[in-house]
Amino acid sequence: MEKAIVLAASAIGAGLAAIAGIGPGIGEGYAVGKACEAIGRQPECSGPVTRTMLVGCAIAESTGIYGLVIALLLMFANPFIGKL
Amino acid sequence: MGLKEVNVTGPKVSFEIFGLKISETVILSWIVMALIIGIILFLTHNMSKTNPGKKQVVAEWIVTTFNKLVKDSMGERNIGYAPYMTTVFMFSIFGSLISLLGLRPLTGDFNATFSWALITFVMIQVAKIKNDGVLGYLKGFTEPIKLLTPLNIISEVAKPVSMSFRHFGNIASGIVITQLVYFALTSLSSAIGLDFPLFTIAIPSVLSIYFDLFCGFMQAFIFVMLTMAYVGSAYPEEN
Repeated sequence: MEKAIVLAASAIGAGLAAIAGIGPGIGEGYAVGKACEAIGRQPECSGPVTRTMLVGCAIAESTGIYGLVIALLLMFANPFIGKL
Repeated sequence: MGLKEVNVTGPKVSFEIFGLKISETVILSWIVMALIIGIILFLTHNMSKTNPGKKQVVAEWIVTTFNKLVKDSMGERNIGYAPYMTTVFMFSIFGSLISLLGLRPLTGDFNATFSWALITFVMIQVAKIKNDGVLGYLKGFTEPIKLLTPLNIISEVAKPVSMSFRHFGNIASGIVITQLVYFALTSLSSAIGLDFPLFTIAIPSVLSIYFDLFCGFMQAFIFVMLTMAYVGSAYPEEN
């Protein structure tokens, strides 16, 4: 019974952790939109703008990745089962 | 036929030497290293100054592209980092692309990406010490005010952690999602009464293009770009 509760809670927690994807989604969309604007205004700068945008997107993505890592931990390497 | 259950595991331990566990990742990275060394030896074989062949043009293109990238993002002074960046990029991209052969991508193992990120961490600290001197380096943690010292240390430690988690997370999520889609398509086939998992033909390859080719390339590029940005800002161009 205890194990079932822990497993269910872990599954719900993993699902909730995936909500972390919303933030990076909005942020990256904003960044890419701005980069498109910049390239539209100055097409000759497309190389550096794209490069900077990719690195910025990668950094904006970290929070989403943290959520994903927590979800993966809860699903495949559950630390709470061992504490029962 | 097909997948009967969702089965996502870490890299399997292949054998042990003196209690040291040698996992799939280690063996695959040896194979990838051998592959890269082989490719490089093949490309640079029989080079000539006056009459460059096709192989030599490719090799020269790789070198000049990376030299230009390093020069653009780190400055002229840091051009010596170009070979390392090329190596990490090659290792990462081949490590991700071996998943096209049905093998486990070695970047889907946190140990691999974290060890690369640790090298980056050491490089950042060395570059900072080279730029400011030991005392200046230690003093750099107390800026702008002394109260922020713990936060500065945390942000320094968080760099390799976030870099490695980013690379690992992107590739590992690809593995998990591909497994889930295979399982879903197998279930769908058996739900409509097919004995053979018909839907698993060709449909998952679309995912493979995104997760294996695009993500593999993108994450290798981003990892190298971030390394360059961090090290470059730690050891900037002299005014």
